[in-house]
Amino acid sequence: MATTVQSVSIFGMIAGLIGVMALVAVNALFLIWMERKVSAHMQLRPGPMEVGWHGAIQTIADALKLLGKELITPREVDRPVYLAAPIVIFLPVLVSFLVIPFSQNLIIRDMNVGVLLILSFAALTVLAILMAGWASNNKYAVFGAIRSVAQNVAYEIPLLITLMSVILMVGSFRLTDIVAAQSRVWFILVQPVAFILYIICATAETNRAPFDLPEAESELVAGFHTEYSGMRFALFFLAEYTNMFIVAALATIFFLGGWRGPFLPGVIWFLIKVYAIIFLIMWFRWTFPRVRFDQLITLSWKILIPLSLANLIITAFVLKLV
Amino acid sequence: MLLSYLPILIYMVIAAGLVGLIVLLSELLGKKKHFPSKDMPYECGMDPIGDARSRYHVRFYVIAMFFIVFDVEAIFLYPWGVVFKQLGWFGFVEMAIFIFVLVVGLVYVWGKGALEWE
Repeated sequence: MATTVQSVSIFGMIAGLIGVMALVAVNALFLIWMERKVSAHMQLRPGPMEVGWHGAIQTIADALKLLGKELITPREVDRPVYLAAPIVIFLPVLVSFLVIPFSQNLIIRDMNVGVLLILSFAALTVLAILMAGWASNNKYAVFGAIRSVAQNVAYEIPLLITLMSVILMVGSFRLTDIVAAQSRVWFILVQPVAFILYIICATAETNRAPFDLPEAESELVAGFHTEYSGMRFALFFLAEYTNMFIVAALATIFFLGGWRGPFLPGVIWFLIKVYAIIFLIMWFRWTFPRVRFDQLITLSWKILIPLSLANLIITAFVLKLV
Repeated sequence: MLLSYLPILIYMVIAAGLVGLIVLLSELLGKKKHFPSKDMPYECGMDPIGDARSRYHVRFYVIAMFFIVFDVEAIFLYPWGVVFKQLGWFGFVEMAIFIFVLVVGLVYVWGKGALEWE
């Protein structure tokens, strides 16, 4: 096993990394454009229109602008930690792509611990946010980081327990097994409660509205990345949008049958489902007002965790009956 | 066994190098100009008073402690989930008791008022 892994690995890994970097860049460019367009149309505005067709290459112009911007390092920051944070937040995001199956064969490494790998690396994001906020030595950044950690930590538990109820039905951490188990019926129909719980937790984990307290512009300027500028800021931004892609991809794999669908190739189906979920999350932003912090914490501990535990035990019971 | 995770480590190192390179490039490309007010922590134009890393409320620590307890318990559920089908009713009852203990813990914490955010 180990020898075969190593023989395919080095070239495969480098090719994979190039592919992943390209995907991350294109996905972020597309998502930022999509975010602007979706927000604009929901408010009856046209959104960006000038650069390219319907503003399609506006984000490329913005990215080029960011690349040339000065990197400001404020005087009172904790330099090593401050400089490491953007890289630390970006790495777990790249690693998660290793195990995501875009179609039957389009997957960099099909690991038997795929789910665990994604979840454990996703948990590292909290560390990077805390590093960024604390090292910045800026009051808004520290508040944003503390809020963000409390929030991510609170919503991680229902997320883990919710995904557990799907894993019970499959009996494997391998993501391709989870998709294969949905050959007859998508798990969204079998586990609707789990799907709703997952979407709520995923929205909170990615710090999206209505759970965007860590970077609530009107209160905290920009939250934990207030002191970052130029390319370092761009890395936080990229990581955020790529995280959205990853949680949507997990939702697709766990509940929407992954790459399965008629007529079109698997990759196309996978991407359609992922972007449909992302559209849903963007829609939330313009539908629900931002929650208060006490409501946020209470929702997780008093509603989501008991519900997810109940869902898990009912799933287990039903599985034992049939 | 552990060796099969080596490619992931290599992947991470290359990725870190690549990301570091992007930031370095940007550092070299961008202009440099310092003046005192620019290097200050950003506080909407006010001069910052005191250190940003002040004391914060104890309830954040409480949340962190709950997290550790419940996260460890959630992780205990994971190995069980994979072998659930082989375990039969015994496995189900055992885990039901475990989850019951978890719920009792949650109810206790709730009753103590530790979940109230006041």
